[in-house]
Amino acid sequence: MTSSMTPGIAANRLGQDELANNFADLHMPLQPHEVKVAADRCYFCHDAPCVTACPTDIDIPLFIRQISTGTPEAAAKTIFDMNILGGMCARVCPTEELCEQVCVREVAEGKPVEIGRLQRHATDTLMAQDAHPYKRAASTGKKIAIVGAGPAGLSCGHRLAMLGNEVMIYDANPKAGGLNEYGIAAYKSTNDFAQSEVDWLKSIGGITIENGQGLGRDIHLDQLASDFDAIFLSVGLSGVNALAIDGSEKDGVQDAVKFINDLRQSNDLATIPIGRNVVVIGGGMTAVDAAVQSKLLGAEQVTIAYRRGRDAMSASRYEQDLAASHGVKLLFNAQPNAVLGNGAATAVEFEYTAQNAGKLSGTGEMIQIAADQVFSAIGQTLNADVDLKLEGRKIAITGAGRTSRAGVWAGGDCASGGNDLTVTAVAEGRDAAMDIHETLMGAA
Amino acid sequence: MADLTTDFLGIKSPNPFWLASAPPTDKEYNVRRAFEAGWGGVVWKTLGSDGPPVVNVNGPRYGVIHGADRRVLGLNNIELITDRPLDVNLAEITRVKKDYPDRALIVSLMVPCEEEAWKEVLPKVEATGADGIELNFGCPHGMSERGMGAAVGQVPEYIEMVTRWCKKYYSKPVIVKLTPNITDIRAPAEAAKRGGADAVSLINTINSIVSVDLDAMCPEPSIDGKGTHGGYCGPAVKPIAMSMVSEIARAPATAGFPISGIGGVTTWRDAAEYITLGCGNVQVCTAAMTYGFKVVQEMISGLSQWMDEKGHTSIQDFMGAAVPNTTDWQYLNLNYVAKASINQNDCISCGRCFAACEDTSHQAIAMSDDRKFSVVDAECVACNLCVEVCPVEGCITMVPQTAGSVDPRTGQTVDGSYANWTTHPNNPGACAAE
Ligand SMILES: Cc1cc2nc3c(=O)[nH]c(=O)nc-3n(C[C@H](O)[C@H](O)[C@H](O)COP(=O)(O)OP(=O)(O)OC[C@H]3O[C@@H](n4cnc5c(N)ncnc54)[C@H](O)[C@@H]3O)c2cc1C
Ligand SMILES: Cc1cc2nc3c(=O)[nH]c(=O)nc-3n(C[C@H](O)[C@H](O)[C@H](O)COP(=O)(O)O)c2cc1C
Ligand code: SF4
Ligand code: SF4
Ligand code: SF4
Repeated sequence: MTSSMTPGIAANRLGQDELANNFADLHMPLQPHEVKVAADRCYFCHDAPCVTACPTDIDIPLFIRQISTGTPEAAAKTIFDMNILGGMCARVCPTEELCEQVCVREVAEGKPVEIGRLQRHATDTLMAQDAHPYKRAASTGKKIAIVGAGPAGLSCGHRLAMLGNEVMIYDANPKAGGLNEYGIAAYKSTNDFAQSEVDWLKSIGGITIENGQGLGRDIHLDQLASDFDAIFLSVGLSGVNALAIDGSEKDGVQDAVKFINDLRQSNDLATIPIGRNVVVIGGGMTAVDAAVQSKLLGAEQVTIAYRRGRDAMSASRYEQDLAASHGVKLLFNAQPNAVLGNGAATAVEFEYTAQNAGKLSGTGEMIQIAADQVFSAIGQTLNADVDLKLEGRKIAITGAGRTSRAGVWAGGDCASGGNDLTVTAVAEGRDAAMDIHETLMGAA
Repeated sequence: MADLTTDFLGIKSPNPFWLASAPPTDKEYNVRRAFEAGWGGVVWKTLGSDGPPVVNVNGPRYGVIHGADRRVLGLNNIELITDRPLDVNLAEITRVKKDYPDRALIVSLMVPCEEEAWKEVLPKVEATGADGIELNFGCPHGMSERGMGAAVGQVPEYIEMVTRWCKKYYSKPVIVKLTPNITDIRAPAEAAKRGGADAVSLINTINSIVSVDLDAMCPEPSIDGKGTHGGYCGPAVKPIAMSMVSEIARAPATAGFPISGIGGVTTWRDAAEYITLGCGNVQVCTAAMTYGFKVVQEMISGLSQWMDEKGHTSIQDFMGAAVPNTTDWQYLNLNYVAKASINQNDCISCGRCFAACEDTSHQAIAMSDDRKFSVVDAECVACNLCVEVCPVEGCITMVPQTAGSVDPRTGQTVDGSYANWTTHPNNPGACAAE
């Protein structure tokens, strides 16, 4: 029997019960009494700061009031009117940096209204009912192609379908959902929620999803442009930055997104091989998710190594604390120098860093951390060869997602601006849909 | 989505939520914004006669009873009727009505108790195009000292007389707004009906002193060291208002007479309750003053969701539905037996039910050493006190005992038939069925 102490990389470190427990909901759904108490705390603020902080502008005071008056279904409608993936966002939004951060009760008492969990209560209630809450407008006769069935594409598609358009969504992956399905930490989206949300969203009608269709591989922009009235690109950032250090080809070195992807698709978490000593390189949400889930699979020692200081880390303080509370060690100001080991990784050598005149450089001091498994989480990149103007390494957009080519819009992670969050992708998809619709109707 | 359209006295509004005559409806600026926010109608802040307008105090007008977390439960005010000139108000009313033909706009009036005064003002009001008038016979402070407001509302004969004048000089619906500062609300309601009123609205505010400054030895709100009673409104007055509404709805002389329900309406549920007690619509003041005009959005969505769930397609469907079930104590079924029951999964072991029942009720809750609380059926009289003091909604419920079972408190078999006090053997006046 393997355990956390088994050397090297091994499956079955934990028993099924412990795994099930580890990968249950990070935040349990609120119970009825908790819902009452939590909703009661909202002051129904005027021009509420929480609304401004929500990238999709959900009318938070209104939906919480609707919950407290016993109409969570009406609350859900208030949420879905602005954010059709309100169910997923309630689970994955870093609320501590969004709505809840600016809640007046966070500012006044250090204890915000639990907006995210209340949002989940409302959306879960309505989604558990059979009927889809929206009807489609009369057909416009317009057809729109969407490439990428992640949050941006789904949000755009739902809005367009609701307005009476026919929507065709292509996605390279075998399942729809984008990172909701393949990336988000397992304990944030339990019980196959991503797929049930896609099914629920599609039940408005007018949306067809074709999987296994890669842009540049099976479908092409010019062809789409001639077959459809408009195109929305929401391909996310499916490429990864390679770890360019000595030894990065050694066994046990893997991309973090791939590791999470495999974990999310696994039917039996016990079969996932995990190192006794795991090192994750990076400072974002992906790094935290990879590290925490390694720990939950039974790794003994897990370290996140980030080349800058704590404050520069893009994972929020809450996420950092989440990692720490699971026993993940956070190592700051350390840049990877080489993966050591004979064929398979055994350790990573880091060099400490310091800021010199605003520039990050090595101090010359080295440290080695034991590692059977090394996850690289140093950023994702655009992975679609499109002949569009770029801004940095993303598709350049102006206004509500307009690209350099007429008739082609883009949004979500693949488009310039934004902050690489699910909720922002939803907002951009929705806004692009409105712009596409208005443009097509104006042209009609 | 259910149709919330309301027809009250032939006055149509997109929903039954009207703003009551008060600061929210004081001027064009407010009323336009209220209509934009979704209110179905407004009753304009009470107008007085032409001439120099009334003056308000220049110190605090309000006092409040707060619940936990400073929730506004009851609001007290010493404000008077409008302090803006009559012609300014009338011009604004005319403009607003023209721009919002689909919303109800009612003009509230309070002029001296003389026919001439009403004859003078009513044609001017008629000219605004407003949908009707509401007679403010309710203001309990300031105006009543001048022989208006509650001073009229407390004398049924005056109500009848003034209402007659209004019907004589004004062609559209006349609503009489009643004061609750009276022993029997049926008398003024009947008087209004006799005078030819088209409806009554109630309640106006209740005489109140909400607090006393213990340093200054002065009731609050205090104006330079002196205070006076004000008018109380908000959630705290809803039970009083609903009881009065139900009395009018049940009284043979006024049964079926249109009622506009006012007092503490804060959520969709409050409105639904008023309507089931016979109201054709509701008016709101304190909720808007506490939360802003936007609060109506929850009222609209909530009422419409509830109506859909219940299969009601219009307000008419459930209007007055609870009136037949509102009766006198003597007709309540004394054979009905219930027992409290504590759901152990929901219980958080606070012990409030125990303290309440042990100290002040029937010693029917047992507490174990490890803080488990359970009901002693042999003592429980089903008073409901524990249900209401328990902080967890739905944790304690009242379970009706099935016919044929034995009530361990009385040792008697629960009788499934109906029997009330009028025939009870302990009632000296009981007439045994012969
Ligand atoms: C590990 C991880 C954890 C995260 N955790 C959170 C979190 O907790 N909270 C949060 O708010 N955000 C989180 N994010 C970010 C969030 O997932 C993204 O911001 C969001 O999914 C972006 O949505 P999108 O629709 O733009 O792209 P994606 O979700 O990436 O979807 C893009 C879709 O396009 C498809 N596609 C890509 N290329 C092609 C092509 N050439 N042809 C056809 N289809 C293509 C892909 O298969 C995919 O389905 C996380 C990201 C990662 C990687
Ligand atoms: C500040 C204030 C001023 C009011 N002024 C008037 C008035 O001018 N005319 C009138 O008929 N009622 C007046 N009212 C009473 C309200 O119209 C209403 O009847 C009462 O507030 C009960 O409703 P609520 O519980 O929703 O506040 C006033 C109430 C308040 C709080
Ligand atoms: S979508 Fe996200 S940011 Fe917006 S209110 Fe909901 S939890 Fe907060
Ligand atoms: S800021 Fe907080 S209290 Fe205010 S409306 Fe938003 S959730 Fe409610
Ligand atoms: S009051 Fe309610 S929660 Fe408290 S002990 Fe009694 S039953 Fe339990």
